[in-house]
Amino acid sequence: MQLEGQVRIPSGCAIAAAISRDGKTMTGEKIMNAMKPMHDRSNGLGGGFAAYGIYPEYRDLYAFHFFFKDRASRKDCEVFLKEYFEIVKSEIIPTRKIPEITDEPIIWRYFVAPLKSMVSSAQVDENEFVARMVMRVNIEVSGAYLFSSGKNMGTFKAVGFPEDVGRFYRLDEYEGYSWTAHGRYPTNTPGWWGGAHPFTLLDYSIVHNGEISSYDANRRFIEMFGYKCTLQTDTEVITYIMDYLIRRQGLTMNEASSVIAAPFWSTIENKTDTEDKEKHIYLRTMFPNLLVTGPFSIVFGFRGGLMALNDRLKLRSMVVGEHDDMVYIASEEAAIRVMDNNVKNIWAPSGGEPVIVKVREGVNI
Amino acid sequence: MSIEFIYPEFEVIRDQSRCIGCRVCQRQCANEVHSYDDDLKILKSDESKCVNCQRCVSMCPTRALKIVKSDCTLRENANWQNNTIKEIYKQANSGGVLLSSMGNPNPLPVYWDRILINASQVTNPPIDPLREPMETRVFLGKKPDKIERGKDGKLKCNLSPQLELSMPVMFSAMSYGSISYNAHESLARAAKELGIFYNTGEGGLHEDFYCYGDNTIVQVASGRFGVHEDYLKAGKGIEIKMGQGAKPGIGGHLPGTKIVGDVSRTRMIPEGSDAISPAPHHDIYSIEDLRQLVFSLKEATEYKKPVIVKVAAVHNIAAIASGIARSGADIIAIDGFRGGTGAAPTRIRDNVGIPIELALASVDQRLRDEGIRNNVSLVVGGSIRSASDVVKAIALGADACYIATAAVLAMGCHLCRTCQSGKCNWGIATQRPDLVKRLNPEIGSKRLVNLMNAWRHEIKELMGGMGINSIEALKGNRLMLRGVGLNDRELKILGISHAGE
Repeated sequence: MQLEGQVRIPSGCAIAAAISRDGKTMTGEKIMNAMKPMHDRSNGLGGGFAAYGIYPEYRDLYAFHFFFKDRASRKDCEVFLKEYFEIVKSEIIPTRKIPEITDEPIIWRYFVAPLKSMVSSAQVDENEFVARMVMRVNIEVSGAYLFSSGKNMGTFKAVGFPEDVGRFYRLDEYEGYSWTAHGRYPTNTPGWWGGAHPFTLLDYSIVHNGEISSYDANRRFIEMFGYKCTLQTDTEVITYIMDYLIRRQGLTMNEASSVIAAPFWSTIENKTDTEDKEKHIYLRTMFPNLLVTGPFSIVFGFRGGLMALNDRLKLRSMVVGEHDDMVYIASEEAAIRVMDNNVKNIWAPSGGEPVIVKVREGVNI
Repeated sequence: MSIEFIYPEFEVIRDQSRCIGCRVCQRQCANEVHSYDDDLKILKSDESKCVNCQRCVSMCPTRALKIVKSDCTLRENANWQNNTIKEIYKQANSGGVLLSSMGNPNPLPVYWDRILINASQVTNPPIDPLREPMETRVFLGKKPDKIERGKDGKLKCNLSPQLELSMPVMFSAMSYGSISYNAHESLARAAKELGIFYNTGEGGLHEDFYCYGDNTIVQVASGRFGVHEDYLKAGKGIEIKMGQGAKPGIGGHLPGTKIVGDVSRTRMIPEGSDAISPAPHHDIYSIEDLRQLVFSLKEATEYKKPVIVKVAAVHNIAAIASGIARSGADIIAIDGFRGGTGAAPTRIRDNVGIPIELALASVDQRLRDEGIRNNVSLVVGGSIRSASDVVKAIALGADACYIATAAVLAMGCHLCRTCQSGKCNWGIATQRPDLVKRLNPEIGSKRLVNLMNAWRHEIKELMGGMGINSIEALKGNRLMLRGVGLNDRELKILGISHAGE
């Protein structure tokens, strides 16, 4: 049977997210609980979490989370890493042995700083350098899979139900100001941990529910710019699109949403604000290949915030709720109520309407 | 008869019990097949002149006529087939090059028919185009590498000129001269009503049609007939024709008999003189020369018009396209070997060039591999026959399709493949005023609009089935295609999997 990446596996999902606009930290317990009422949206073949603000003592270093097939692949990978990075800390990611999660690979993390000489000889900025190295490691180092590469954030994922995956990774012991979670319902057995979500690149993470119909159009376009879609999943390609639009093209998050979930031409034509109208015409003409069609609901995590977005027809459920400094996002309202029974202002954003939440200015994140 | 005799290809079957002797067939046939016998009071036929254009069949009020393939054949031989032998007789008779019209009729592979389209089931929903918006608008032209912002931080529109199409289909080049005034008017009016483009071909633009400029692409070909400043500025885009799918490596020849009146004036050549387009542009012997013509045309039109470079699909097409994508051109049009023509040497038409499906797949992939796919849009032609061919072409990576044979069929062509005779009974490929007036531009344009609207509906249905609600998301989406009955090499070139994979 082919592994994830050798074949494209569609899947249904559950997503949830929580963020404190004041930058107050919370343990992973809250988000793990949110996944419980949505148990039936997953099938035990993939679960995962992204957490922001969890490594404050290493906030200036890239935190690389790895799956290794065996000791030899870890050693090979370290040789590779040392050529380009200073490894400040290297350790096994602590886990809890539970019967629900089995067959784990070697799970390791490194806190690294790219070597200045290497960055300058590549003639790119530090983030671009690291992004390129992530692609290279995943293609070139056999048996190694680098699945988290941001600063002061980390992804934790496995084959299993999300609530079990959270316990396995001892997320109740981490504290972060922003959390996202994903439970997966793939349509066959990937049997590989790398295939679970969230998918991340640098500080960007995505959890996604849906199956996009534009996949290959998007993939073949984005691969022109040095991205390599090794997993063949929607989440992976959407992450690269967001990275390309925001980090490399310099679009705002709102503008990027107008590219991937572009308003219909009829909507654009009816706009009375000429400037807004011209902006949308420009974005659709400039980036037609990055329009994403088919059902999706995503939560896009970044340093200091979250963005929730639905496809323009709203073919997947997604609700948002607020309470004081907290904002919650989930596939189902039940998940939000588990996180906060006193939640206010629950609403379902309409298709293509981004909900952007940022930690207030001045908070050190 | 004699050694030169070749038995007629068709028989004209007239049901005398139905024939009322109205002589419509006689009046309608420019080939003079039908004649009236005053003594016997019956219509007779000389089938040796019949080209099977079906004009008499269509006009006969009592359905008394049919044209059938003659069953008088030479002895069967799988190697020396009837046609092959007859062509030898013709050449032994005349000593000339054989001429043919329209696209390659031989049973070579049609890859469109070996490609199947996907649909959504369970894991994502199909979309009903009757209930949800379904978008087919495309913009053709170069896309800049980076966005730009003004001092106020607002996005600046840094796009070069684009062609906006309401659907990804355009009418491809057919010159005024090779086709009639009324055929041109039909195409121009239809393009305007549909929000797409038609293409002047290399015969210049008749002054009456400057009013359709916003839906016109003006062509500059190797003969440069009819090219002047106002002409270049009249259209929305300019096409440099380097080659044609039906006759790659060959120029054109419009006989002096067709260079009459307005055709002569529009082409800017004397009446009765042959219009000969050389095989190459004599100012383009290399890719760097092409770049100079591209920019000459842009200079002449103040960088307001996108430039299309049209080439025939030949063996090395991917490398050629890569060169064109770096030449300053905004759009590349590729014409496959099954594309039509008003006249071409038969051997060239039937043996030179490659299928558009393979050319498109390899060009699109090459431009992506080189990271320059955004430099140009890709338009493909050369036998796009239906809405499903369009959908498959877009999914393989085209931005839009060119159609011409399908368009002339809509205007009444019955594909008798004798355009070179100039006696088109349907008023399309002729300059004889009595024949031209048979094509009513009102009706011709209406039928073209009907055809395109029908295709648009079908494209939407096919897209909706795949769960795609905008044509952009179909472009290059090869995962939506599967091959059937294709070998590994063919699948690899097309960049698709086999059905069942």
